[in-house]
Amino acid sequence: MKTNSIHWFKYAAPQNFYFLAGKLWPWFAALATVLMAVGLWIGFFVAPIDAQQGQGYRIIFVHVPASQISMFIYLVMAAWAGFGLAFNTRLSGMMAAALAPTGALFAFLSLWTGALWGKPMWGTWWVWDARLTSTLILLFLYLGFLALQSSIDDPRRADKACAVLALVGVVNVPIIYFSVSWWNTLHQGASVSMTKAPSMAAPMLWGMLIMVVAFWMYAIAAALARVRNIILERERHTEWVKNAVE
Amino acid sequence: MQWNSVSEFFAMGGYALYVWGSFGATALVMLVESLVIRSQRKHILRNLRSEFES
Repeated sequence: MKTNSIHWFKYAAPQNFYFLAGKLWPWFAALATVLMAVGLWIGFFVAPIDAQQGQGYRIIFVHVPASQISMFIYLVMAAWAGFGLAFNTRLSGMMAAALAPTGALFAFLSLWTGALWGKPMWGTWWVWDARLTSTLILLFLYLGFLALQSSIDDPRRADKACAVLALVGVVNVPIIYFSVSWWNTLHQGASVSMTKAPSMAAPMLWGMLIMVVAFWMYAIAAALARVRNIILERERHTEWVKNAVE
Repeated sequence: MQWNSVSEFFAMGGYALYVWGSFGATALVMLVESLVIRSQRKHILRNLRSEFES
């Protein structure tokens, strides 16, 4: 019997993944651009003014996408790192290292846009509230990962150390997510949940969801483009890199 | 359409600093990250090529 299944393990080799990522990232970048244009259009021109927060609520169209992707990137990064520890695959550590800077940037943007939203609505840029504090810890986990990665010269050893850090830090992600229901916080509860009908107007919801998907596409494009750099650097002594760059 | 004029749009009902501060920072971060990845790639390729030629 002849099978035509895709040989997934082929792409576990950095050499093959380098070319696959090179083909894929421009498509994700294009999707991100189109979806952001649509999401911003809905966010600014279709979605109505909010009854309580006026035009200020429009920060939601970057704050929610940035916050959720900063948590999700961490989970994906930790999954790659854990996979690398368990199976000792080279690509895993490279993918984890490629995701960390993008995750850190989104964690920063989550805090930044949150501060700019908190000031006019709560009267303060910052409070030591459960949701805000756990998001700050997320940013520090990313920065710790990046610092550890760059402090160990041998990339394979750096990957292992970073994987342990990433896996220990995973416990913080559910704390961020559930913080608004576990503790009394200044931060509002979830606007969208799996169990209840959404508590916002349809265009607001659609604008937000499209921006969420757009940020996903952006993050995938950035990670794939960055992992190509990491692969080239780490595999620079191989014959295929020599052939690829000439 | 939610706005009567361009200036009303930019004023964001008095929340201009907060709204544009959020969207501007996000756009800037995405733009800078993309440019950094691209310049890293150019740098790596330049180094590799000079290494392989020598």
